[in-house]
Amino acid sequence: MKNIISKKVQDMQPSGIRAFFDLVLGMKDVISLGVGEPDFVTPWSIREAGIYSLEQGFTSYTSNKGLMKLRLSIARYLKNKYNLEYSPEDEILITVGVSEAFDLALRAIINPGDKILIPTPSYVSYGPLTGLAGGIPVYLETQNDNFKLTPKKIDQAADKKTKAIILNYPTNPTGVSYTKKELEGLKKVILKHKLICISDEVYGDLTYDFQHTPFATLSEAKNSCLYLNGFSKSYAMTGWRVGFACGPQEIIAAMTKIHQYTIMCVPITSQMAAVEALDTGRKSVEVMLREYRRRKEFFIHGLNQLGLVCRKPEGTFYAFASTELTGMCGLDFAKKLLEEEKVAVVPGVAFGAGLEDYVRMSFATNFENLKEALVRIENFLRKKRRNK
Amino acid sequence: MDEILEVLEKDARLTPEEIAKMLKKKPQGIKEAIKKYEKEGVILKYKAVVNRELIKDTDSLVRALIEVNLTPQKDVGFDKVAERIYSFTEVSSCYLISGTYDLLLVVEGRDLPTVARFVAEKLAPLENVRGTTTHFLLKKYKEDGVILKHREENKRIAISY
Repeated sequence: MKNIISKKVQDMQPSGIRAFFDLVLGMKDVISLGVGEPDFVTPWSIREAGIYSLEQGFTSYTSNKGLMKLRLSIARYLKNKYNLEYSPEDEILITVGVSEAFDLALRAIINPGDKILIPTPSYVSYGPLTGLAGGIPVYLETQNDNFKLTPKKIDQAADKKTKAIILNYPTNPTGVSYTKKELEGLKKVILKHKLICISDEVYGDLTYDFQHTPFATLSEAKNSCLYLNGFSKSYAMTGWRVGFACGPQEIIAAMTKIHQYTIMCVPITSQMAAVEALDTGRKSVEVMLREYRRRKEFFIHGLNQLGLVCRKPEGTFYAFASTELTGMCGLDFAKKLLEEEKVAVVPGVAFGAGLEDYVRMSFATNFENLKEALVRIENFLRKKRRNK
Repeated sequence: MDEILEVLEKDARLTPEEIAKMLKKKPQGIKEAIKKYEKEGVILKYKAVVNRELIKDTDSLVRALIEVNLTPQKDVGFDKVAERIYSFTEVSSCYLISGTYDLLLVVEGRDLPTVARFVAEKLAPLENVRGTTTHFLLKKYKEDGVILKHREENKRIAISY
């Protein structure tokens, strides 16, 4: 029976915290700080556009690359916001979320044995997808550099077999982002080693302290960069599954080849809604960002006061807190906090090696819940101290 | 608009300490700003938004929107006569508007005859009132940005990457 499943898939490591996830999903009345999506519903004008498209009978396939109208809107948006130019004809591909764009990108560029640099903590899919595409993930740990990737780390890790590097900023799960100056430093070594930079910037709109700079806008970077973004986080559209990849015509064409056979095209309803998001949704993004910023200040302050030390996120809606001072590892902390106080967080080990003493907490939940969660965590820690 | 006002408009029960943390400011500064807003009348009062549709066995209220045509007065325009009208406790809101009539009132009463009597006996006879049109409210869906429904349950799964 064992031979039914391919070697590649057998080699994929199941997530070590699947059991913990099941525990959370089986419990009721939990305050969840474990959620990787906005707590807002998609703004009504966007939902309405989806409904209207159905009423109008838009129920067919679209071009493999995605609706021209949507690609045009994306091109216009990137030009206006970042002065970043991509041709809607052959440099933009609409994908099923950034997740699919990632899979396509890796499969399009990897030859067996190619190495892919992945800074950790990282989003959970990068490593497994690299392996599935025949590549070798090379993890660059950043916890000793305050979770920021340094040019030196890249320089030390890159060799002749290294094909690409994955950047994700603002970063899930740490909230780290990079200023233009910091990016210039990274770019130098990335270009030096002739790496392709796959840049997942899905949280770009959720940047707090400075202007987000797409990697592709750096001088000479565009030709070796794939810019990935989507509608999930900034427009609260996770369930619609719309993302996009922008990059050199050669790579986009290769990705489109795979996409046309596996996915065909992104559901038309979602694409129509995405057009509306870019047309009228900017105001909603600003309102949501202001709300996240206030929660961030309140919540990070609260966590640090409780001894759950965390750096201030420069973007995203995540706090990545150290559980070291509590004397518990992240997984123990998460399990006990769930059992005793019904607050769900994600153990840091989900995001890479060496992160045993961390948990990720999402502040994409309403203010009352955040306040209540802090009270419960405080109770929890007080009890733990007393029992020592 | 000052962000202090923005957060208070959403939730008036936030304490100055909480607002200070949210906005990265000193609690004392927030307290002073709020006091100043209260004194200047920028912040007029704090109140709960009550969904009356859900209250049973109490005196139900009838609401009507009333359009009023006025004759403006020399020197003071509509202000003086508007004041005479909005001073009635039955009038819960009063707006001067452009278009085919001048004032839009929201009037509340115990029942339909009470509101009708108010219009016939108090409002219509006023010297500068040329005419009124009364619309009784049948159902409230949304008020001041709040959709009047039960709180919606959370539709997200409790944990995800």
